[in-house]
Amino acid sequence: MNSLAEPRKWERVFWPVLASIAFLALWHFCVIWSHTKVFPSPLAVEKGMLELARKGLLLRYIADSLRRVALGFGAAAVLGIPVGLTLGWYPAANQVVNPVLQMLRPISPLAWIPVAIVFFGVGDTTAVFLIFLSAFFPIVVACVSGVSNVPSVYRRAGRNFGLNPAQLLARVVFPAALPQIIIGLRIALGIAWLVVVAAEMIAVDSGLGYLVIDARNSGKRYDLVVAAMLLIGVIGLALDLCFRRLRNIRSVRWGFRNEW
Amino acid sequence: MAGIETDKRAETAQPKLSTEHLTVAFGRNGKTTPVLNDINLAVGKGEFLCVVGPSGCGKSTLLSTMAGFLSPTSGAVKIDGEVVNGPDPRRIFVFQERGVFPWLTVEGNIEFGLFHLPGAERRRRIIHYIQLVGLEGFEKAYPAELSGGMKQRLEVARALAVNPDMLFLDEPFGSLDSITRLTMRKELLRIWEAERNTIIFVTHDIDEAVQLADRVAVMSDRPARIQGIVKIDIEHPRDVSSPSYLELRDGISQQLGLAHKI
Ligand SMILES: Nc1ncnc2c1ncn2[C@@H]1O[C@H](COP(=O)(O)OP(=O)(O)OP(=O)(O)O)[C@@H](O)[C@H]1O
Ligand SMILES: [Mg+2]
Repeated sequence: MNSLAEPRKWERVFWPVLASIAFLALWHFCVIWSHTKVFPSPLAVEKGMLELARKGLLLRYIADSLRRVALGFGAAAVLGIPVGLTLGWYPAANQVVNPVLQMLRPISPLAWIPVAIVFFGVGDTTAVFLIFLSAFFPIVVACVSGVSNVPSVYRRAGRNFGLNPAQLLARVVFPAALPQIIIGLRIALGIAWLVVVAAEMIAVDSGLGYLVIDARNSGKRYDLVVAAMLLIGVIGLALDLCFRRLRNIRSVRWGFRNEW
Repeated sequence: MAGIETDKRAETAQPKLSTEHLTVAFGRNGKTTPVLNDINLAVGKGEFLCVVGPSGCGKSTLLSTMAGFLSPTSGAVKIDGEVVNGPDPRRIFVFQERGVFPWLTVEGNIEFGLFHLPGAERRRRIIHYIQLVGLEGFEKAYPAELSGGMKQRLEVARALAVNPDMLFLDEPFGSLDSITRLTMRKELLRIWEAERNTIIFVTHDIDEAVQLADRVAVMSDRPARIQGIVKIDIEHPRDVSSPSYLELRDGISQQLGLAHKI
């Protein structure tokens, strides 16, 4: 196939669907051929999911996970964007804070779990805090680099038209950095979704992460474990696809290549 | 005709812009390298001055200093008799099309500098300058959807919309193809004849300078001085095959050629 040719509309749907069906079929036959008693087949997983839905747990768990991500990620964005813009705007401040940021950044949010539990106890707040932490640093870093990569011609043009520093930040630097900030937010959201599952395994008693652990611990229900895993994957994909739509906003479209 | 008029003004009245013993040096690796050395220039009100010189001699540096983005190491730039100490909306610097804001539409770009004006006046100017540079029908387009020449015209329109009395243009047509470049020169002359701003135009294209300017300032190699000023006493529209045009062009080439030989 010509890689330069734009794939046609039906092709863009058709091939991924076909691949998914092939994957399910492979999975199905592997389970049958290997005579495994532990690992469920796709049909067993589907039954498990229906059972959860009937009990009203499915939607509740999904909603709980999404709510935690929304809170933690939202707080990280609300705090991280202004912090990142400020640090990018004042290189001197960034030089002071950057070493600390760079040191905190590689610490996995999971390593914060004991500390978080001491602060917030076992519960929702801990999970939300861990998500917040995981999303905060990538957002700050994206904003800092976004601001410092704004071409100097834009700043110069802004100053030439008589903008004061606050106007320059709002009308030139922020819109010029926005594509990079959106990329940072998307990465942060991906990490937040990874972390919510891990946080729910430890700190709370609802949500998809909790479902994974609970289904295993109470009666080795591997059909439910795999059902939860699939849901996590599908919802993560859906979140990412939603986020990618942001690049279609016309005032940021210029900042993106076709693929990202 | 225009040339004679401006000459009279330059001699009698106060010049629009003057540089007095302007020197600019950059510090690099602990050493300071002089780039501009004792530049003395006077530009009349409404004059079109072109600056030519060898690559890297300091033309952009001179223009940035005049526009207030760089401060002189010694000496001063004066506009209307006052020392320049920063950029000002009354004099706009135009970059090679790279200065248009990609996150704003054509209209949004032109509106950018008009934030202190009432809405009706803003609308009026947007419409007027879109028409002046021939971008009708592209009001809602984003710069990514425009050609290089259209972006260049947009940047000029954005500058003109704030009614500046001076324009600084740094090789504005350098990145355009030769056909577009010719039309852009014509457009610029037409706009200048309508608006009568004082224009300082940097180029390394001698033909461009002779086609556009009232006077051409020729700069020497670094550290740059003004090596000579050539008056172009030909009326617009100029015949590029006339003997006087060719003579002036060759004279400037020679001046630059000598500068290269040293
Ligand atoms: N910010 C700076 N710091 C140090 N040196 C600089 C700086 N800007 C320019 N220079 C030096 O000053 C000299 C003149 O640069 P300038 O850009 O003014 O030249 P130019 O005449 O515009 O060249 P060109 O025709 O290639 O555009 C160059 O040698 C350059 O290395
Ligand atoms: Mg230059």
